[in-house]
Amino acid sequence: MRSDLDIINTWIDSGSRVLDLACGDGKLLHKLKAKDVEGYGLEIDPEQITACISKGVNVVEQNLDEGLNNFSDNSFDMVVMTQALQTMRFPHLVLQEMLRVGQECIVTFPNFGHWRARVYLAVSGRMPVSDLLPYEWYDTPNIHFCTFRDFEVLCQELGIEIINRRVTTQGSAKTIKQALPNLFGITAIYHLRKR
Amino acid sequence: MASAIPADSVGIVTPQQAEFEQGLVLACGRTLERYTLVYETYGQLNPQANNAILICHALSGDHHAAGFHAGDDKPGWWDGYIGPGKPIDTDKFFVVSLNNIGGCGGSTGPTSINPETAQAWGPDFPSLRVRDWVHSQARLADLLGIQTWAAIIGGSLGGMQAMRWALEYPDRVANCVVIASALKLTAQNIAFNETARQAISSDPEFRAGHYQEHDTIPRSGLSVARMIGHITYLSGDGMGEKFGRQLRSGNFTQGNDEPVEFQIQSYLRYQGERFSTSFDANTYMLMTRALDYFDLAREYDHDPVKAFSHAKCNFLVVSFDSDWRFAPARSKEIADALMAANKSVSYAEIESSAGHDAFLLPNARYENVFHAFMKKAANELNITADRNDDNA
Repeated sequence: MRSDLDIINTWIDSGSRVLDLACGDGKLLHKLKAKDVEGYGLEIDPEQITACISKGVNVVEQNLDEGLNNFSDNSFDMVVMTQALQTMRFPHLVLQEMLRVGQECIVTFPNFGHWRARVYLAVSGRMPVSDLLPYEWYDTPNIHFCTFRDFEVLCQELGIEIINRRVTTQGSAKTIKQALPNLFGITAIYHLRKR
Repeated sequence: MASAIPADSVGIVTPQQAEFEQGLVLACGRTLERYTLVYETYGQLNPQANNAILICHALSGDHHAAGFHAGDDKPGWWDGYIGPGKPIDTDKFFVVSLNNIGGCGGSTGPTSINPETAQAWGPDFPSLRVRDWVHSQARLADLLGIQTWAAIIGGSLGGMQAMRWALEYPDRVANCVVIASALKLTAQNIAFNETARQAISSDPEFRAGHYQEHDTIPRSGLSVARMIGHITYLSGDGMGEKFGRQLRSGNFTQGNDEPVEFQIQSYLRYQGERFSTSFDANTYMLMTRALDYFDLAREYDHDPVKAFSHAKCNFLVVSFDSDWRFAPARSKEIADALMAANKSVSYAEIESSAGHDAFLLPNARYENVFHAFMKKAANELNITADRNDDNA
């Protein structure tokens, strides 16, 4: 299991009702079944949808860029979105929708302020391409990159409280890296609620 | 013939018949004192009797869903999806497919004899609602020793029956597959049905539905009704791909006064004519009315969430993007209501240019989704394949 999913798992209470946006193959919801967590995944990729159904994960085909109008306010305990915020047409609207529909939400996204990305841009003068983000700028699902700092400024502006924040790092010297998340963090995991 | 049967077919099938002597009180208030149901079964009922699947047919369907009748070279209407290794896998499941009451495939309907008058029922056959079919299907389940269906599956009007089952008999359905269906028809959809009915009733041969006594059939009316229906079951793009503006006869050369016929004209006429001699007009009137009257949530304060709160089964809801008669938005309403009611549901919108008819046709993604859901259903119920591989 991806390490960000492990962290998310610990942040979701047993028996809660979860909506997983861009749920992929349903790995998270499948894992959460052990904690009596019920919920739905929303996804648009046909193969991923079939993978969810095979796992017995409830999945509904829905394009997130069209909003979450079909869900009423506070109808879920937790709304989760892993590694997809940067693919949204209007990430700030999606965040607000997530906090309308859910009591709390968890988002994870790749850090564009990671030192490798900074060095890549500074040295080669070209948009960073890495193992984690292997796409060329003109043909990528990731259309809204941000750094952790950018994200926290947005939360401030939207009146969103950050309950918890974790970053995943690579290699040794974890303590130093955790102290400088915007430079060393690869993936950010934020636990949020309305202020 | 036998040598031509594909390996993934259920093979030669023979319809069976069940007689019900206990009166069925209908939603309209009348009672059908006795009735016959014609049905087919595919696969084997296991000793626990927990592997049965009910297939609910749509407007013009019947009991012959899969396999071949002896001497026929065309299989049943859903043969692509029912058979060994197919999404509705007859190596695992025992499949029951019936002709609904009011139908014209052999079950009691307008062409049957009314025991009170010793004449054909004709237009006097009681009006039916979807729930009447559901109740008659429940009696068939009792007769076959099926307490709980592993799944109830239907497309279009069949999907409405499957949903009604989930509310009327929540403890007798484990899984419900609702394909290209709706919680209720839209005004536009009712309008198409009314136009089709008017085509039939304005045919002089219809004789207010008493055509059987006059030994005639409203052939042209039924034919136009089918043509209207057929147009709405296809998509504009699909029709364009298949027929375009191809001519069947004549041409547009200057000075040529010969009549011109497009391929689509002759195709529609052929479909209409074939249907008009094989389907009963009173059944068509009755079935389209049942479609119009259906409103899943009517008795639940018109609240689909409240309606579905009574359901206990897992749902799979499927729609097709080019289907405008039962548009994806209608299926999405079903999925949304099920989510709001906190029920187990998955929903997929399948890409296809085949319109409403797509639910009957081959489609790789549709098959994958269907297969995945049915496999999971079988696993949850501990249903294993009956196939004896040593002899295969």
